[in-house]
Amino acid sequence: MRSLKKIGLGIFLLGFVAWVGTLTMGQFTLTDAILKQELKPEHYELLRPALEPMIGRTYASPFGFGRDFNTAFGRINDDFKANQQWDSVIYDNYAFPVARAASAGVLTESTLLWFWLTFGLAILGALLYILPNLRQLPGIKNDHIYHRSMTSRGWLGISLGVFLIVFYVGLYFYPEYLVNWTLLVDPLSRALSGNPASQWFLYGFIYTLAIVVMGVRMLIKYRHSPYQMLRTGSVMFFQTSFAFIIPEVLVALNRPYYDFKNIWPLDYDFFFDWHLNTLLSNGTLGVFMLVWGIALAFIAVPILSYFYGKRWYCSWVCGCGGLAETLGDPYRQLSDKSLKAWKIERYLVHSVLVFAVVMTALVLYTYFTGQAKIGPVDSYSVRSVYGFWIGALFSGVVGTGFYPYMGNRVWCRFGCPLAAYIGLVQRFKSRFRITTNGGQCISCGNCSTYCEMGIDVRWYAQRGQDVVRASCVGCGICSSVCPRGVLNLENADPDSRVTVAPEVLFGNDMPKIK
Amino acid sequence: MKHIVILGNGIGGITTARHVRKLSQHRITVVSGETEHFFSRTALMYLYMGHMKYEHIKPYEDFFWAKNRIELRQAWVKSIDFEKKELHFAQSTSEPLGYDILVLATGSTPSYFEWPGQELPGVQGLYSYQDLERMETAAPRGTSRGVVVGGGLIGVEMAEMLLSRDIPVTLLVREKSYWGNVLPREESELVSRHIREHGVDLRFGAELAEIKPDASGQRVGSIKTTSGEEIAGPFVGLATGVRPNVDFLRGTSLEVDRGILVNKYLETNLPDVYALGDCAQHREPPAGRKPVEQIWYTGRIMGETLARTLCGTRTPYTPGVFYNSAKFFDIEYQTYGQVPARLDADTGTFYWEHPEGRIALRINFEKETGAVTGFNACGLRLRHEVCARWIEQQSTLSHVMQHLREAHFDPEFFRRHEPAIAAAFRAAHPAQASSLQGKRSWRERWFSF
Repeated sequence: MRSLKKIGLGIFLLGFVAWVGTLTMGQFTLTDAILKQELKPEHYELLRPALEPMIGRTYASPFGFGRDFNTAFGRINDDFKANQQWDSVIYDNYAFPVARAASAGVLTESTLLWFWLTFGLAILGALLYILPNLRQLPGIKNDHIYHRSMTSRGWLGISLGVFLIVFYVGLYFYPEYLVNWTLLVDPLSRALSGNPASQWFLYGFIYTLAIVVMGVRMLIKYRHSPYQMLRTGSVMFFQTSFAFIIPEVLVALNRPYYDFKNIWPLDYDFFFDWHLNTLLSNGTLGVFMLVWGIALAFIAVPILSYFYGKRWYCSWVCGCGGLAETLGDPYRQLSDKSLKAWKIERYLVHSVLVFAVVMTALVLYTYFTGQAKIGPVDSYSVRSVYGFWIGALFSGVVGTGFYPYMGNRVWCRFGCPLAAYIGLVQRFKSRFRITTNGGQCISCGNCSTYCEMGIDVRWYAQRGQDVVRASCVGCGICSSVCPRGVLNLENADPDSRVTVAPEVLFGNDMPKIK
Repeated sequence: MKHIVILGNGIGGITTARHVRKLSQHRITVVSGETEHFFSRTALMYLYMGHMKYEHIKPYEDFFWAKNRIELRQAWVKSIDFEKKELHFAQSTSEPLGYDILVLATGSTPSYFEWPGQELPGVQGLYSYQDLERMETAAPRGTSRGVVVGGGLIGVEMAEMLLSRDIPVTLLVREKSYWGNVLPREESELVSRHIREHGVDLRFGAELAEIKPDASGQRVGSIKTTSGEEIAGPFVGLATGVRPNVDFLRGTSLEVDRGILVNKYLETNLPDVYALGDCAQHREPPAGRKPVEQIWYTGRIMGETLARTLCGTRTPYTPGVFYNSAKFFDIEYQTYGQVPARLDADTGTFYWEHPEGRIALRINFEKETGAVTGFNACGLRLRHEVCARWIEQQSTLSHVMQHLREAHFDPEFFRRHEPAIAAAFRAAHPAQASSLQGKRSWRERWFSF
């Protein structure tokens, strides 16, 4: 069993190293035909002279190619800006599509072979590492989590965090350097949507892969708990179908790309003009998508959260939650449980919610009136500020990159505006609570330690109080790891939630004073 | 305002301190040599196994104590001068600490039975934080074998700890079955099977005779049983029970038997001196209770009670229906009321076990009235309030069987065992048969299990 795991780990690392190695492969040759094909005609005229030295030259990696392209591109824009020719400044992202079109070599010639040598080996290795755990008896297996460098902020964990952060920065801001990875998944993208793979398709593919493979790990780890298995199966299903395959198939059918389970304000560009226009120009289906999205946000969220709490979305359906509950499970214990962290969390997450609501209001104002300016505020710059700071940096770079530092729910806890919104429902009007079983708590701390949202669950359990918290995503791990069966996720009459600690803990017959 | 000094920062002492603070403005000082802060003793095993770090088993953040004006003093107490009302510390440079009211919450200490070689390095019990630190160094990964002596809760904990580091374990149990003086035969067998399932070399009727040093003579090398068998093991865990940690109080004016003798108000024979928790011995224990009860929950209940008395409302110790819990590897165990290992003639019992042998429920009842008296649950979570209420109100077994769903506390989507239990009950007690009430879960309705 142990040797099989070691072999698995070795194969996984081989695939991983090969995958990272592919970044440096291939040849990149810019031709006039590529520029004509990829650039808008007006931009072709402007950029062609600056890119002249690159044409016909063959680069041995995407890095040199991308750097030269960006330098030339930046120089042109700098000139426009210096001459105050604001209308000429080019905002389109050309580096990625041009690099993709300019690529040649083994990755384009033997794509499938390299797909299997990278992703294939990594999947095989991961499964070989995970499946032998079936030989262990079912039950809570958290042995050595705090002895391992990977899961206790040791050098391995820190390295993984650096890798994830670099990955996200590349994905959001420098996709031209990741072009080789998109080539690996290009056949899949063409099969699904008919389009070449963008960096977002690549991201969706890796994301889904991570949820599925690590979901298998989760299913094995918690195979004694039907709650955990169903919940994990649910996030695996929603990610694979709703988030990954269905939107691509919609595109193949010439319909708008749409994730039917993504909800405003997490889906912050739902009300952006380009999105509304796309939906409204797509007939009945487009209108349905618009109504569906609005109904999810304003009808389904309050109703379902009233009945089941936040969990129906955050730990059963959501993509961010799906990744956190699978890929992020080994890091759940790293969330900060201090009172101070809770205070920061409340300010931060509700500020993001306010920001998202205000931004959406401005965007809609612009949509209906055609006016970009509201007083001194420009709705276009507000949305780009939100997109950069919240959409890219917070939810992506920090949200996932910080898994090995601050736990797997950094984004959900400190940043997600939808989590903040559902949290208000859960806190003030919901049937959901985590019940404390009489006076059974032994204050051991497993529940708090393994709470990914940083809730000090023990604080409630040891005083005989139910856990009623805006942030609780209902993952149920506190109940699973409790060695004495003290905690249970339940839905019942909202007024039956014990939100004030009993004066005398259950099990003591001494009279109450009050 | 009085100065209340609490000796011991375990669950009993700390519960007293917290509740005194809630009820009064008295000055509170908690003295302990073991650790600066309160930690959950029951969670020590998880540190060795790497589930948690020390900071995680502290139930309150460090700022809590100053905020609540609970002074902490980390020092070992050597002796107590009850005349002058002073504590004297082991470190001779420390000034004595005076008190107006003294609460003794000194807990337990592992009991050894004068085995030859028990003082050898590599031989230890598991009670204190220092024990855990010693075990970290005495039983690292790669240790060839650990021999654990004692068929109780600490014994199985030590076995689980050692196995987490792939150290083979031999568990010696003097009795004929695991925890046989507490668990009825079926539960004992169920747990024994599970311990063996985890690969523990579990031996019954095996008594420790002698602990022998290794070739170097510097540390333990093997043990010998009373039957003459020798088992090699460079680590020996002694889990043969605990006794009140009161040796330093013997020979003083304080009345001490096995533990510090207290009345139902937790008062000792000396004025302004109280004792509670593991170290206390009740002169008149409440009905059905033992004089010395070394249980987390009772320590806490005594603390809540004593705080009342210290703050002016003299309150007797009145624990409710007995309850306790444990976990044997993967099997959780809960007990409510009285479920003795051996039944008396007036008590009947109903026992159900899942065919896979890891889940069981036992309900004891008075034969004459049918009133339920106790529950044992293995691998099954029951609702504390409901079980305690049934026992308190002397509900009959057939009533409990009808309403069994109310006691269900397993997580959602777990397999519901009530129908199988009810069917077993109908087979065993056809005369009392009545149908199971309450709403069926969706799983039962759709998939009929």
